[in-house]
Amino acid sequence: MNEEFKEHITKSLTQNMRLDGRKNDEFRKITIETGVSKTAEGSARVICGDTEVMAGVKLALGTPYPDTPNDGVLSTNTELLPMSNPNYESGPPKIESIEIARVIDRGIREGKAMDTKKLCVEAGEKVWMVSLDVIPINMDGNLLDLGALACMAALKNAKFPEVKDGKADYKHLSKKGLPLLETPIEVTVVKIGENFIVDPTEDEESVLDSRLTVAVLESGNLCALQKGGDKPLTAEEVDKMVELAIKKSKELRKLL
Amino acid sequence: MSKLLVKNKEIIVPGQVVAEGMDYLPSFGTYRLKDKILANRLGVVMIDGKVIKAIPLAGRYKPRRNDTIIGRVIDILMSGWRVETNSPYSAVLPLQDASFDYIKKGTDLTKYFGLDDYVVAKITNVTSQNLVDISTKGPGLRKLSGGRILYVNTHKVPRIIGKQGSMVSMIKDTTGCKITVGQNGIVWIQGEPAMEIIAVEVIKKIEDESHIPGLTDNIKAFLEKKTGKKVVISKPVENSEGNSYSESAERPAPKPFVRPAHKPFVKPAPKPFTKPASKPVQKTQVKGDKK
Amino acid sequence: MSKYKKRFDGRKFDETRPIEAEAGVIKKADGSARFKIGNTVAYAAVYGPRELFPRNQHDPKKGKLRCNYSMMAFSGTGERIRPGPNRRAKEISMVTEKALLPVVDLSDYPNAVVDVFIELPETDAGSRCAGICAASIALADAGIIMKDMVASVSMGNIDGQLVLDLDYAEEAFEDGDVADIPIAMIPSTGELTLLQMDGFISPKDLKKAIELVKKPMEKIAEIQRKAVQNRYKVK
Repeated sequence: MNEEFKEHITKSLTQNMRLDGRKNDEFRKITIETGVSKTAEGSARVICGDTEVMAGVKLALGTPYPDTPNDGVLSTNTELLPMSNPNYESGPPKIESIEIARVIDRGIREGKAMDTKKLCVEAGEKVWMVSLDVIPINMDGNLLDLGALACMAALKNAKFPEVKDGKADYKHLSKKGLPLLETPIEVTVVKIGENFIVDPTEDEESVLDSRLTVAVLESGNLCALQKGGDKPLTAEEVDKMVELAIKKSKELRKLL
Repeated sequence: MSKLLVKNKEIIVPGQVVAEGMDYLPSFGTYRLKDKILANRLGVVMIDGKVIKAIPLAGRYKPRRNDTIIGRVIDILMSGWRVETNSPYSAVLPLQDASFDYIKKGTDLTKYFGLDDYVVAKITNVTSQNLVDISTKGPGLRKLSGGRILYVNTHKVPRIIGKQGSMVSMIKDTTGCKITVGQNGIVWIQGEPAMEIIAVEVIKKIEDESHIPGLTDNIKAFLEKKTGKKVVISKPVENSEGNSYSESAERPAPKPFVRPAHKPFVKPAPKPFTKPASKPVQKTQVKGDKK
Repeated sequence: MSKYKKRFDGRKFDETRPIEAEAGVIKKADGSARFKIGNTVAYAAVYGPRELFPRNQHDPKKGKLRCNYSMMAFSGTGERIRPGPNRRAKEISMVTEKALLPVVDLSDYPNAVVDVFIELPETDAGSRCAGICAASIALADAGIIMKDMVASVSMGNIDGQLVLDLDYAEEAFEDGDVADIPIAMIPSTGELTLLQMDGFISPKDLKKAIELVKKPMEKIAEIQRKAVQNRYKVK
C-alpha cells in the first residue's frame, strides 16, 4: 500500500467526495437478477459498479448432526476465483475468502433467516442440507455486503426439488420455496482516516484503517458483527458506524 | 481477381478473411493463408494501397527502449530497485541511473525510492530475453508524490496524449490537474477532487471512443459540458479524421513525452550507455528475484 | 434405421442449441467472454501476458499458455459439486490448453504466461466445448496474436443417427448406443485441435461426423468474431 495514495484518498473523503465521484455514504448502483443458473435450486447475480457476484443454492437430502436431529443444515462457501481479479491465485481457500463466507453465514444463521426445523424430513434421519456458494465474477470491492445480498436473493429464489422414493428429483422442482423467516442485510462501514464510507472499491479497501460489518434485521436489531482492519475503533466510532449501517440496510432491503 | 472484403478502418478479428486473391500484401496484424489474407489480431484495418495491416486495439504493454513509463517499485535490491512496469517484464533501476547525486554504498535506498512508490522512468535497455533497465535521470523523470493512478489500454496512449500532447494539454488546462501519461498504460493524475474525477472520466471516454471519428471535438464538447468552462485549444490539434491511427502504428518515431504542469528545470541526462545491438552481450548483472 | 427419429427438444439433427456470445464481460481481466449454448454457460477471463512464477517454468523461446477449467459448485444438475481441482477438471484444463495452443502466437513474450480461466455457472452437456469457445473470444479480446478462432461443439451418434451438439437428455438416451464426440477446430484450415469420444461409433460414422461438423464450426466462429467486434460498436 502506498501511504501517499492513502493521503490522497483521505483528502478527497474529507470533502465528502470519493475517487469515483460518489458521496462517502453512497452505494454504487445495484442491480439484482435471480434465477441466473438453471442448475442451481436458487440463484442470483448482484452487480454493483464493477463488482459482479453470483450466489447459488444447492439442496440435498442428508443426515442431520447428532446434536440437532430436527434441524436442517446450512453451509456457506466463498471461492475467490482467479478469473475475477488479477490478484487472486488458484489454490486452497485463503483467509480472505473464509472470512467472507463465515460472516455471511453468521448473518443468515444468527438472524434466523431460515426456519431450520422446517428443513427436517425425518427426525434424526433425513433433513435438507442447504449449500450456499458465493462466487465473484468481477471483483472490485465490497464482496461481503454484495455476497450477502446475493445469498439472500438466491435463498428467496430457491425451490425444493420433488422427492421421489426418498430421493431428491433434481429434474423436477416443486413450487415450494425455502422456509424463510427473516432477511438479514449486511452493511460494511469502512474507516479511512477520520472518514466513514460504505461500499468500498478495491482501491479503497487497500487503504482502509478499520471496517465494521453489521448484519441488520428488519426490526433494526443486529444479528452479527465483524470488525476488521488493523486499527482500533472507539465506542463512539462504533456507534456512528452502526447507525450508518442501519440507515444503508434500509436502502438495500428495498432491492430484494 | 483480387477482392477486398473489408472497408478501411473497419474492426477486424482473428481468422477473419480481409482479402481474397494474390494482389494484396499482408502486413502487421494480418497474414496470408493460400490465396487469402486473414487477420491475426484484433485491430482496426488500414489499407494502404496493396498493403493491409491492422492497428491493434488491445493487448498488454511490451517494454521498448526510449519509452517513458510509469512504474511501481516492488523490491529494493543491493544496487538498485526492481520496478513493476505493467507488462510481463519488471525492470531494474540501477543506482547510478537513479539520481544525479552520487549514492554512496550502504545508503538507505528508501530515501530515494521506497516500496510501492510510483516513478516516471525512461527505458534505457531491453535485452532479447526482455531484461529491462530504466533510468530516472532526465527531464520530467522522477518519483510521483500523491495523486492517483489510472490504468488505461496501452494502445490508446497515443490518443490520450494527442498530437504533440494536444489532447492531454487540453485536459490539463481545463481541469487544472497535473497529468503524466506513461507509454505503458499507467496514467498519474493529481488535482482538486472534483476536477480529478472529470479528468478520469474524460480519459476513459477517449479510451472507449478513440476509434470513432471526431474524437477531439467530442472530447472538447464533453469537457466543456462537465466543467462549464470554455475550452481553448492552444496547441495544434490532431486531425480527427485522416491519419488518426497513424501515430499508434507499430513502431512510431519517439513518442511525445508529456511533461507535468509545473516542471522544475532539470539538467539533461547524459546519453545512457547502451550495448551495441549487433552483438548482444550476456548480462552478468544478477537480477534480484521477486519471489 | 436409428431408433432416434426426432430430437427431444425439436431441433434438426444438424442444428445447435441457441448460441449467445459476448466479449468484455469481466472488467478486471485483459480479455473476457461469456458463451452460452442452450443451458450451458461458460465465462472465460484472460490475464496476461504476465510475469510467470515460479521461474523454473520459464520458456525462453515463447510465452506459456495456461488454462484452468472449473465448474461452479451449483453448475450441475443434481448434488453440489465440490469446488477445487478434481481429475476431470484437470484433464479438461489440459485438453483445452492443447485445443487453443495451435492458434496462439506467444513468441513475442518469452518467459511470460497467458492465463485463461474458464468458469461454468450452469451446464447441460458440452461444457468443455463452450469453455473453448469462450476462451477463444477472450484471447482475441485480450489482443493476443492468433491465426484464427478455435470453434468447438460436440457431435453425437445416437443409435446410428449423427446429431450436432448433444444435451444431457440426449447423452442419456437409453434405447441404443450413444457416442459423444467433443471437437474443436481451426475453421480456416479445418484442422482439429480437440478430439475426444466416449461411447460407440463405427469408423465410417466418425469420418462422416468430422465432415459434417465443418459447417457449424464456421458458423460458431462467425458468432465468436461478432462478439469481439460488438464490443467496439458505436453506441
